[in-house]
Amino acid sequence: MEVRWAILLIILGTAIVTFIPRVLPLMVLSRFELPEWGIRWLSFIPISVMAALVGQEILMADGEISLSAGNVEILAAIPTFFIAIKTRSLLATVLTGIISLMILRFLF
Amino acid sequence: MSLSNAEIESAVNPSDEDSFVLGVKDCIPTLLGYLSIGFAAGVVEKTAGLSIAEIALLSFVLYAGSAQFIAAGMIAANSSTTAIIITIFFVNVRHILLSAALSPYFRHLSPFKNMLIGTLLTDETFGVAINKAAHKRNISEKWMHGLNITAWLNWVMANIAGAYFGNWISNPEKFGLDYALPAMFIGLLVLSILGRKKIKLDVVVAIIAVVISVGISSVFSSSLGVIAATIIASTIGMVLEKWK
Repeated sequence: MEVRWAILLIILGTAIVTFIPRVLPLMVLSRFELPEWGIRWLSFIPISVMAALVGQEILMADGEISLSAGNVEILAAIPTFFIAIKTRSLLATVLTGIISLMILRFLF
Repeated sequence: MSLSNAEIESAVNPSDEDSFVLGVKDCIPTLLGYLSIGFAAGVVEKTAGLSIAEIALLSFVLYAGSAQFIAAGMIAANSSTTAIIITIFFVNVRHILLSAALSPYFRHLSPFKNMLIGTLLTDETFGVAINKAAHKRNISEKWMHGLNITAWLNWVMANIAGAYFGNWISNPEKFGLDYALPAMFIGLLVLSILGRKKIKLDVVVAIIAVVISVGISSVFSSSLGVIAATIIASTIGMVLEKWK
């Protein structure tokens, strides 16, 4: 049950760089108005960042593009997207993803 | 004459604000989602070689789902401390938007109190809070703390439970647990697209982001891929929307 020095440094460092974007806009923007184009630009960020992360997670393996039919993570994304759109539930989506991949890895 | 009853009431009676306990109750629908992802995160962190004390501290202090999966993967791959911190910064810099979007509803609070609100901000608590804000001018400070603290403690407990469970699992991939993260990203992507009324434009922006992200990551690093894709795709989205 020990905490290694190197891990503690990683925890503190990542926590600080996460804390700043979490608190700074709340502290500062409650004093200022953002320009209209700024709000418009910010409104696309959740979609862009999530799409970028999804792309890396399912279309790549070990830093290389992996588009073959043997990539079960792409196949598992199909029911996962379907359930996400149908149910709009984060829990149902996560469970569908885990179970689909488990079944696919068992089959292939 | 345009004031609704709710607005008149909140102006007349400031003691009518939402309580801490109501914030706890409003958090409950998200708890199961948190539990499953936190549990999977705990298992993945454990199999990446972290001790239970380290996992407890990580989920308590960093408190960010996707960042913890990525940090665990990078620790397992022996990445440098600097590389891990820079990557997590890029992964979490999106909180700027969530924090910015909530800021108009906390104008009644001091910067210090706003800092306390923002410290525990996540995608899920943001989602609950912004829905609450749809009917109000202000969000109650106590209500927001009730929501935030409930989600936070639940996350830490789920991580620790996953970490204990991880003792018996040597290979989380076999059970598909490593897919909790991509599945959560898929869920958040779908929810953020369906929550707006610009589906065609949003799908175009998402496809552009995927292509840029994968293209740049295969040549340079994955963190550069994410940040370049986010900046370029968001800018294209902003311009396309303006020209329509």
